[in-house]
Amino acid sequence: MSFPLLTVTAALPAIGAIATAAVPAAGRTAAKWLALLFSLGTLVLAAVVLVRFEPGGDRYQLTESHAWIKDFGVRYELGVDGIGVALLALTALLIPFVILAGWHDADPSPASAGDTPVETKKYRWRPTQGFFALILAVEAMVILSFEATDVFLFYILFEAMLIPMYFLIGGFGDRAHAGSDENASAQRSYAAVKFLLYNLVGGLIMLAAVIGLYVVAGSFSLNEIAEARAAGTLDMATNTERLLFLGFFFAFAVKAPLWPLHTWLPNAMGEATAPVAVLITAVVDKVGTFAMLRYCLQLFPEASKWATPVILVLALISIVYGALLAVGQRDIKRLVAYASISHFGFIILGIFAMTSQGQSGATLYMVNHGISTAALMLVAGFLISRRGSRLIADYGGVQKVAPVLAGTFLIGGLATLSLPGLAPFVSEFLVLVGTFARYPVAGIIATFGIVLAALYTLVLYQRTMTGPVKAEVRGMPDLKVRELAVVAPLIALLLFLGVFPKPLTDIVNPAVEHTMSDVQKKDPKPEVEAAK
Amino acid sequence: MTNSENLIALLVAAPLLGAVVLLCGGRRLDRSGHWIGTLFAAASFVVGAVLFVDMLGKGADERAMHQSLYDWIPVEGFQADVAFQLDQLSMTFVLLITGVGSLIHVYSIGYMEHDERRRRFFGYLNLFLAAMLLLVLADNYLLLYVGWEGVGLASYLLIGFWQHKPSAATAAKKAFLVNRVGDMGLSIAIMLMFTTFGTFTFGPVLEATGETSEGTLTAIGLLLLLAACGKSAQVPLQSWLGDAMEGPTPVSALIHAATMVTAGVYLITRSGAIFNAAPDAQLAVAVVGAVTLIFGAIVGCAKDDIKKALAGSTMSQIGYMILAAGLGPIGYAFAIMHLVTHGFFKAGLFLGAGSVMHGMNDEVDMRKYGGLRKYMPITFVTFGLGYLAIIGFPGLSGFFSKDKIIEAAFAKGGTEGWILGCTALLGAAITAYYMTRVMLLTFFGEKRWQPAPDPDKAPSVEPGIEVHPGEMPHPHESPKSMTIPMVVLAFGSVFAGGLFSLNDSFVNWLKPVTEFEHGHPPISATVITSATVVALVIGLGIAYVQYGRRPVPTLAPRGSLLTRAARRDLLQDDFNHVVLVRGGEHLTRSLVYVDHTLVDGVVNGTAASFGGLSGRLRKLQNGYARTYAVSMFGGTAVLIAATLLMRAV
Repeated sequence: MSFPLLTVTAALPAIGAIATAAVPAAGRTAAKWLALLFSLGTLVLAAVVLVRFEPGGDRYQLTESHAWIKDFGVRYELGVDGIGVALLALTALLIPFVILAGWHDADPSPASAGDTPVETKKYRWRPTQGFFALILAVEAMVILSFEATDVFLFYILFEAMLIPMYFLIGGFGDRAHAGSDENASAQRSYAAVKFLLYNLVGGLIMLAAVIGLYVVAGSFSLNEIAEARAAGTLDMATNTERLLFLGFFFAFAVKAPLWPLHTWLPNAMGEATAPVAVLITAVVDKVGTFAMLRYCLQLFPEASKWATPVILVLALISIVYGALLAVGQRDIKRLVAYASISHFGFIILGIFAMTSQGQSGATLYMVNHGISTAALMLVAGFLISRRGSRLIADYGGVQKVAPVLAGTFLIGGLATLSLPGLAPFVSEFLVLVGTFARYPVAGIIATFGIVLAALYTLVLYQRTMTGPVKAEVRGMPDLKVRELAVVAPLIALLLFLGVFPKPLTDIVNPAVEHTMSDVQKKDPKPEVEAAK
Repeated sequence: MTNSENLIALLVAAPLLGAVVLLCGGRRLDRSGHWIGTLFAAASFVVGAVLFVDMLGKGADERAMHQSLYDWIPVEGFQADVAFQLDQLSMTFVLLITGVGSLIHVYSIGYMEHDERRRRFFGYLNLFLAAMLLLVLADNYLLLYVGWEGVGLASYLLIGFWQHKPSAATAAKKAFLVNRVGDMGLSIAIMLMFTTFGTFTFGPVLEATGETSEGTLTAIGLLLLLAACGKSAQVPLQSWLGDAMEGPTPVSALIHAATMVTAGVYLITRSGAIFNAAPDAQLAVAVVGAVTLIFGAIVGCAKDDIKKALAGSTMSQIGYMILAAGLGPIGYAFAIMHLVTHGFFKAGLFLGAGSVMHGMNDEVDMRKYGGLRKYMPITFVTFGLGYLAIIGFPGLSGFFSKDKIIEAAFAKGGTEGWILGCTALLGAAITAYYMTRVMLLTFFGEKRWQPAPDPDKAPSVEPGIEVHPGEMPHPHESPKSMTIPMVVLAFGSVFAGGLFSLNDSFVNWLKPVTEFEHGHPPISATVITSATVVALVIGLGIAYVQYGRRPVPTLAPRGSLLTRAARRDLLQDDFNHVVLVRGGEHLTRSLVYVDHTLVDGVVNGTAASFGGLSGRLRKLQNGYARTYAVSMFGGTAVLIAATLLMRAV
């Protein structure tokens, strides 16, 4: 038996989570370093996966398969295709930055740290250790969910990652809050439970569909079912397939999130600390869009095609609606959240346009959106921690006092508006072209998103960074070394993948070809060629 | 020399490297940054000149060069390369961009001397050149789009360079946004090309125009026109140009003469084959040009701010170029010729205006100038030559290039030809009027100088220059670093047009790329030229009567309805404000409300009707949320186990 690389990659952060949680109360700093070390170790393993993966090889590689719950045919089956590898790498890449950016987010609050040694008195559960352990726990589950090729295993992970996320949102809120402490804590709980309930309802519906699938197919194995479908030995009644598809899709659309199931996201991202917000939108939500590509299209190709018109419309609404709402926000983090909703619209549009460009673009979009949102949101977090407010109106003239912070914020913003030269442009243009090729009107409507993106980004930049320096902003320090270490690599990556996306497309393209053949769709031919 | 094409990438790389060095170099480069920036710009010009000489050594049809770097976005069915194409058209732009651009760099050394962020300013200037060069060198529309938006970014950074001024920050944002509307056109045009031709590389697309329907080509043409309107400030996307004067004056010179606004003319000329096969789109181009040339000229007549008067003039002159480009093969070459001569005199005029402001405590109101010719002789002479060139004084650059456009407009034929031709003639008269007005108000007549305003109350004062409230201006000639570029540009303003027309050398140079047909106007060329001169004299005469013979009040008179409208850019901003800004605000505000109450409420409500969630959601506020969630989770687990058990039984 070969070395179980995928299991180890997912297990390392899980072990890290346990180790970090076990660090005694006094070892706060040690716990942070331990967590960072484990996340970096995971990154190294992810790099090994990336190297070992052969883009032109089998569809699923580095596979592992063990019987798990024999009676129900549940297997512990792992394997990655190009799409899974890309997202696995994204996750492993972002977590160290999330940890580094959140370095002080779970320190005992300075207000109460004054007279008594806080740890011994109030915090029996060692919040710092808990915070970083939870982040690593999320990482482990997300990575494993990208690797799973057993539907039931995936389902368990899909649901289980809600637990640590719930505690991260509800237990460690953003300290910059307009209301009183009590008010803040209430809103935080509300956001956390809303997050949990929305996703749980989605998950329960999916559970029904998972069981239904087992009833119909007699297996949870993605490969077995897909093979049986392709060979024609497994015939689903049209209505059954549609119902099952809807069950899966609903859960993914909540997580992605797609309009109108999006309202939990602004609450969650607004109340959580900036690194946790990044964890939500850049990492966990990607499981939703990833699962649409892998499970919806592969298991239910006919139903996917049947539902496409409606999904495209919802995606378009997400794009325009999310962007318009971003324009209307007064809270920096909620603005980024609505911008993300708009971007998720693009991803879903690209997936269901069912063209090579659209789906390659959508996969690239997941990666690029992760990096660009992380850059923008983490810098926003640094900004917010300096002034203690999330309200855009409380800032002004920051550019004058903290030029590096403003500059990195601008680059994050420019990436969000998909400026050519930065990575998100490549993916957004691919999605647009891929959509336009099959649905010209949808492509044109989506293009309005690029004007609106410029609007909300530049308005945000103008109101916070330019103009006369506000009195409260005057003494604001520029980015520190730790913060620069978070932002600089992300920006470098945005530039690199914007100028030279080939390493990424090489991995993703073959996987997309497989998906395209799953749904038996061919790219529309150019008019001139078709005429010949 | 077969290796010369390997130099093409260097044209873009040099200023790009300069930008990176300057923007990432930090404070230690503060003292040398302006030299580094100028050096990289000049290096690009030198490479351009070398390539130009190399090109001249080849036969007319073998001059196009190509350099392929790498496959940019390799995705199934999608061919996007990073590859450059240098032909006569691109070469013309390269020399203009790097030549005039380098002069503006030199000028800025003096102009920005007192600005503490001068290093950054030069970094942005370098970035601007790099983006513009990428735009004119790309061999496909997608790479062109990268340069196209890069220019938008650079202009955003430069217009808003003095970010602490809210007006500058707003102007920068406005420029980017209006441009993005145009970019949308370009972006959809590229998609349409992709679905029609399967490619967006210039060569294959422009050769395949015969293989598709005229309707498709018209659509592509109109989308490209929309893009051109954004970058080149043509009606209806012209509103950003006047506000863009918030940037430092060298930026205006750069935007108006060498880069940015010329991009639209380039795009249309480059896509000539598409427009030639889509007459409706081509006519639309000509009409937009004609409308803008009058629109800009009228605005230019009413402005008292010297930079804004010149901005109106730019809009109008670019209108001439777009008009010419809309005439097809009889006009392309003249559009580019006017673009180059305009590059000389408009850069000269803006730098001259900056020099005047430099000497006048940064006053921009021409009503508070007067009699400056004695105090700033070099500025006066160079600005004066630029003035004579732009109004088309016989023998100077503008005369040759503008006259050809007017002739070509008449040669369009039919009623259209007469209308376009007469519009162009009318434009020539108005140009003579407003430019004479600028000249007279600034350099002639009484001194109408005012004490410097309180900088706190007058945010328009450019920072970095010490201004003491209440102090009278002491106009003086600017330092050499500023006057030398002005002198060089003045030479171009005087001689370029004549040189280009010698043996039709310019037209012959461009012919292999843009095609060329001799237009045959319904009336003889001599008559048209005479009419142009008459128009010039009329415009000049009226301005002289109004501003040369009568004393000029320092406060603007109320003026006619048209004057007042023109001062407000013919009310376009008011329209935008009421319809787009206000309307948009209402829309987003109501959407925020709808999202909060309706969408959230309905979704929560639906869920509630299924599982009584809303009651629980309300309970969350009581602090038991955490326990509750865990129990909820426990419930799910039980549910899963139960279902599985059922299955097993």
